[in-house]
Amino acid sequence: MSDSDLEAFRVETRQWLEANCPPEMREPVRDEEDVYWGGRNASFKNDAQKAWFEACREKGYTVPEWPKEYGGAGLTPAQGKVLRQEMAATNARPPLSSFGIWMLGPALLHFGTEGQKQRFLNEIANGEIRWCQGYSEPGSGSDLVSMQTFGEDKGDHWVVNGQKIWTSYADEADWIFCLVRTDKDNKYQGITFMLFDMASDGVSTKPIKLISGNSPFCETFMDDVTVPKSYGEDIPGYVGEINRGWDVAKYLLGHEREMISATGGGDRATSLGAVTSRQGALDPVLRAEIAMFDVDALAYTAMSEKFMDELKSGKGHPAQPNMMKYAGTELNKRRNELVMAAGGSHALEWESEASNGGKTARGWLRTKANSIEGGTSEVMLNVISKRILDLPGA
Amino acid sequence: MPLYYDDDQAMLAETASQFMGEEGSIKNQLRHWRDRDCKDGFGHGLWKQFAEMGFTGMLVDEDDGGLGMGQVEAGIVLEEIGRNLTPSPFLSSSVLAATALKHGSNDVKGRWLPDLISGDKVYAMAIDEGPKHRPERIATKAEKSGNGFRLSGKKDFVVYGASSEMIVVAARTSGSDDDKDGITLFAVPQDASGMSHDSVRLVDSSMASHVTFDNVELDGDAVIGEVDGGRAILDAVLMAGRVGSAAEGVGVARGAMDMTVDYIKQRKQFGRLIGEFQALQHRAAHLYSEVEIARAVTVKAAQLVDGGSEKAELMTSVAKAKVAKAAGLAVREGVQMHGGIGMTDEYDIGLYMKRDRALQEFLGDQYYHAGRVAELSGY
Repeated sequence: MSDSDLEAFRVETRQWLEANCPPEMREPVRDEEDVYWGGRNASFKNDAQKAWFEACREKGYTVPEWPKEYGGAGLTPAQGKVLRQEMAATNARPPLSSFGIWMLGPALLHFGTEGQKQRFLNEIANGEIRWCQGYSEPGSGSDLVSMQTFGEDKGDHWVVNGQKIWTSYADEADWIFCLVRTDKDNKYQGITFMLFDMASDGVSTKPIKLISGNSPFCETFMDDVTVPKSYGEDIPGYVGEINRGWDVAKYLLGHEREMISATGGGDRATSLGAVTSRQGALDPVLRAEIAMFDVDALAYTAMSEKFMDELKSGKGHPAQPNMMKYAGTELNKRRNELVMAAGGSHALEWESEASNGGKTARGWLRTKANSIEGGTSEVMLNVISKRILDLPGA
Repeated sequence: MPLYYDDDQAMLAETASQFMGEEGSIKNQLRHWRDRDCKDGFGHGLWKQFAEMGFTGMLVDEDDGGLGMGQVEAGIVLEEIGRNLTPSPFLSSSVLAATALKHGSNDVKGRWLPDLISGDKVYAMAIDEGPKHRPERIATKAEKSGNGFRLSGKKDFVVYGASSEMIVVAARTSGSDDDKDGITLFAVPQDASGMSHDSVRLVDSSMASHVTFDNVELDGDAVIGEVDGGRAILDAVLMAGRVGSAAEGVGVARGAMDMTVDYIKQRKQFGRLIGEFQALQHRAAHLYSEVEIARAVTVKAAQLVDGGSEKAELMTSVAKAKVAKAAGLAVREGVQMHGGIGMTDEYDIGLYMKRDRALQEFLGDQYYHAGRVAELSGY
């Protein structure tokens, strides 16, 4: 696509956003209700959220770079970048957030059958089904491949027993993509990437209360759950091949790390110093620390841009998402420490209306998980050592 | 514009890498001239080769005989200069002075640019007036005198000043020392009467001058741009120089990091390669992350400067500060991970530490630029 075509697309996109993105959807996301996750039981917070979601769905902009036949807009990487830039410029909120978009979708685009793509990708793009991810287990955190949840082969289906943990929003999800051991003798080539309905008999969830007081994660229990091997013609109940789910999981972990690197930092482009100094003059040493943070955060925005550009053009190092995840999450934790310091005693409030129910303090605590979930910082550093720096014995 | 090199830029990077790795290597240039106590601090032969490669005039407009390239391209050359610690007047002549001359009249350009492009002459830039970079305050005075000016004052950290046939001097033609306006840039020839150099060797073996102007008489045609209109030119020079020195710093960081990572893959202690120890692996991986980020923001800043973006000034300061942090980490970790031999003159890692130190100070360190980021962001 020529530069002038791209410029025309930019103008068109700007006009479309101007016409279709309601003013309420250009406000910063304040709480969980401001995020639309879709799904069978979804409800809109207000008409603006509904209108914005529907406008994007019609245009294919819930998943702009997916092919049109799967609910996307079929944008090229360059167009996708223009759309992201223009959405950022208008402060437009994402119309739909989902683990289907961020994780299962990319896995299906890569490993899925045509039948799976037709069904599941369209459901995701249209916000009809909300997915959750079943990876970690109580005994398998960083060492994920040691997982034990087992699916016994019963011919046309499996019977699954076991427990997952840190399943994000499992209590609100419709379906789960789940790693299940199908061969106990083969560590890496004995796992199948299964897809099943959370309403299946034998599936139960229990929210986990975190130090933030919130419960975004659950324990998910599977007690004799029947998982069909097929949901219809060309729609297997698993992604990729049986016993080769680890390949899919590894591919997906890369996407999860990208997602965390892309979203983990909050508004990195907004100067932290500009925000915090509105509450009053900053102590000089704190101001200096915040300025140093802003240097790192603004530099990271350039890295994110470069990372995305390289990703879309296939130029990047395949292990680079680990570096992004490491740097992005550590930055976000530092940001929140500084936000607490700048906020002083007001930032300590846990329940008051003025603090919006302790948003600052709870948010600060939430960020401590950033460098644990989706691969700890220590694991990220191990991967960089081994795969990028090629250090011995790593 | 994607944030990676296009085909032409990738080709330039390859050419520059090969050239600097061979002709400009530490052994052939930095150590060679240092060990001979060379008073220039760089080799004029190499500077001629820079001209043959087209580097000397790369930022000069095509109409003026240059290549009309931008900061991204200059950054590519500077990154290789940094990686090989190649001593050269490229940054002071071909980036700083060339950017200043871009704003001169046709007479000024005609007088100075051809010899810069041909590699026959070297120019310097005089901005600082004390140990720390503080271009907001300029006290060096140029008073009207007949048809010209009389220059008096002192400048510091004039890199390769004593070897330069001309020095671009930022002086005050009106107002008080801290005024933004009232600055004029002058092209002061080497033989100007009343100008004296105290040329000193710096920690990185480069040479810099304390320059004293004692009633130096200048013709009116020494003025670059407009009288009292020098601040905007100076800002452009500073932006080009800062993004350029950030690019050189990226090269220093990458050179030190690569050398260190190679070393810990070879050095054995306790019967194992020390690179097997997680205590070193995690530090090396963290360093990699910092250097990658510093490199990305430097290319971004260069693109913004080339595009005339309103964000160019902010991102240039971000880049300069971030590179200082990352390169500082690279050289400190480099010396530490090399252990005892990292302290020896024989090993190159210490040379990276020295160059980084000098480069950090040049046109503002991380503290200066973090402060700029705060000011430009409104706090």
